[in-house]
Amino acid sequence: MNTLVATEVVTRLFWTSVVAGGLLAGLPLMFTALGETIAERAGVLNIGLEGMMLLGAYVGFLGVYYGHTVWLGYLAGMAAGALASVFMVVLCVWRGFDQIVVGIAITLAGEGITSVLQGAQFGTTYPSLGATPTIAIPLLDRIPVVGTSLFDQPLVVYLGFALVGLLTWTFRSTNVGLNLRAAGEKPEALDAAGVGVVATRTYAELACGALAGLGGAYLAVSVAGVFTPFVTQGQGFMAIVIAMLARGKPLGVVLGSFLFGVSLALGDSLQIAGIHISTDLINILPFIAIIVALIVFGRRSYLPPALALPYVRGAR
Amino acid sequence: MSEAAIERGAGKRGLTAGLRRASDIAIRSLVPLMLALLAGGVLLAVLGRNPFSFYGNVWTYGVAQGSWQESAVTMIPFLLIATGLTVIFRANIWNLGYWGQFALGAALVAGLGPWLTTHLPLAVAFVLLFLVAGSAGAAWTLIPAVLKARYGTNEIITTLMMSFIGVGIAGLLIQGPFQDPTVRTPQTQPIDLDKLMPAIPGTSIDASLVVALVFVGAVHFLLTRTAFGLRLHILGLNPRAARHVGANVPRLVITSFLISGGLIGAAAAAWLLSPLQGYLRAGQIPNFGDLIIPFVFLARLNALAVVPFVAFYAVLFTGGTLATTSVNLPTDFLLVLVALVLLFMTVIEYLGRKRELGASYVTPGLKRSLKSPIVRRNAP
Repeated sequence: MNTLVATEVVTRLFWTSVVAGGLLAGLPLMFTALGETIAERAGVLNIGLEGMMLLGAYVGFLGVYYGHTVWLGYLAGMAAGALASVFMVVLCVWRGFDQIVVGIAITLAGEGITSVLQGAQFGTTYPSLGATPTIAIPLLDRIPVVGTSLFDQPLVVYLGFALVGLLTWTFRSTNVGLNLRAAGEKPEALDAAGVGVVATRTYAELACGALAGLGGAYLAVSVAGVFTPFVTQGQGFMAIVIAMLARGKPLGVVLGSFLFGVSLALGDSLQIAGIHISTDLINILPFIAIIVALIVFGRRSYLPPALALPYVRGAR
Repeated sequence: MSEAAIERGAGKRGLTAGLRRASDIAIRSLVPLMLALLAGGVLLAVLGRNPFSFYGNVWTYGVAQGSWQESAVTMIPFLLIATGLTVIFRANIWNLGYWGQFALGAALVAGLGPWLTTHLPLAVAFVLLFLVAGSAGAAWTLIPAVLKARYGTNEIITTLMMSFIGVGIAGLLIQGPFQDPTVRTPQTQPIDLDKLMPAIPGTSIDASLVVALVFVGAVHFLLTRTAFGLRLHILGLNPRAARHVGANVPRLVITSFLISGGLIGAAAAAWLLSPLQGYLRAGQIPNFGDLIIPFVFLARLNALAVVPFVAFYAVLFTGGTLATTSVNLPTDFLLVLVALVLLFMTVIEYLGRKRELGASYVTPGLKRSLKSPIVRRNAP
């Protein structure tokens, strides 16, 4: 009888930690992948997400470390990500450089600069931040298993989900959404309609950088509570994959991010349940699932035709 | 004007044109490097470090007093990776899965190496290990290659995903079947020092360097002197044109992927069988590819030109690793330098392209009058 109760408690703890951990680990991915979705819709492929996330993470960490306010950290992270995307805007959107080469450069620079600055400033100590204050939604937070994990979160999480709704609406039923899509699908048509392709892509890329910076800041400030070099561990690249597979749909991004988040968190959860499976195995499971799906369905992951191509007016 | 004079003029023009092209290439390739080093120096100064002593240390630890031999050893896997990337980039295909291909090759060599090198003649074991690693790297490109060739699936996502899977599987292999039973740390059994790659007589450089250089030469021949190389080049310029000249595009895509992955896998074998390495620890598989990419571009996708650039980077890597620690900075400073190389390269490239585009609109006569507008306008 006692063991039965014990197992039940463990099971409940397990599921709570899966949902909570998945949400916690999935949110940085969600912010970043939403940013990439906006940029890809407009025809800009941002391979530099990893670097932008790291810059956002480091600057966001500094914001909280010196400013003692979580919001300052998030805003600083967004600014850092947007600043990094200015490089992408000027070099790729305005000047037509190769987006993949510049993206790789931004990733390398982000990895290097954050690690060097962290080392130059703190040496080998990694000061940690306090917990992020949360807001509990009355009643809903009492729902078993998912309650505390879904409805007792920092404000930025609710705003993140609001952003998903906002983006869905923007893409579906506003002129801005239409312009974004035209910039990726048929930039000549957008140009002919009198809307600036370069301007549209500029806004999209800046938004992408800001969201990637926010994703990184959330990761450092609220998930890890500390900045260590390479804290993102390839999540920027995961976000690219999620965005491409979500086919430009914000809800698909949420689903994909949560899936990857659960797989990232599952290792810890299984340890709570006393099962020891290598985290390596769990972390690659979603990738294997996607590859298998791609092979079985042989489907193209849809990408805008003008993705990664610079727009030159009148060029053929 | 006499015929001889015309000939002389033509010859002179040919020479100057050749010189100009050579200087153009030198400017486009070397200026980004110098600007990156300069900007890196400024960054060091901003961080309160002495840039001159830093670059002096890079020279001391990377070239001087026989440390060039260590740089040469470091260079071996870099060369093979760079060659592998050259092949696939020529076709304008992005194989960004180099980390997974390298990791799998390294894990297999680290796992099978201890047994093979003790139970087989060393030469046979080395050949087998290079083949195993090369096949693993090649096999790891197969899914992205087939998906790209058959369905046009974007290879950037598929190779990235396969890369994560490859690194994960390499970690599983190290902690599972290949775990050294005598230690608690997750690592493979070290290969005995006398069973590792022997040095080139008179130096402390592995014999793998010869293997790598042979591969570089072979790939250069393949790319510049064979029909395959030409088709690959056309595919890279324009896939539709490649179909029109009768190339079997799907097969071309798959072949170039396999060669690329195979060379990257072989790089892992050369890296692991070096006396500097000899075993593999979980979570410590280096991602060299990211850092090699800029130099592949600087070499303008020419397999031979890759050699000096990779040598430069090997010196920077070997000397820089010690030099950054000596000025009390993380070694990741080197990442910043490489990123700066990439950025300056794209800028210089853009300026060059703009000048060429501008030049193409100007007729020769107009260009002459532009150069010396007053003096020679009415000259015969």
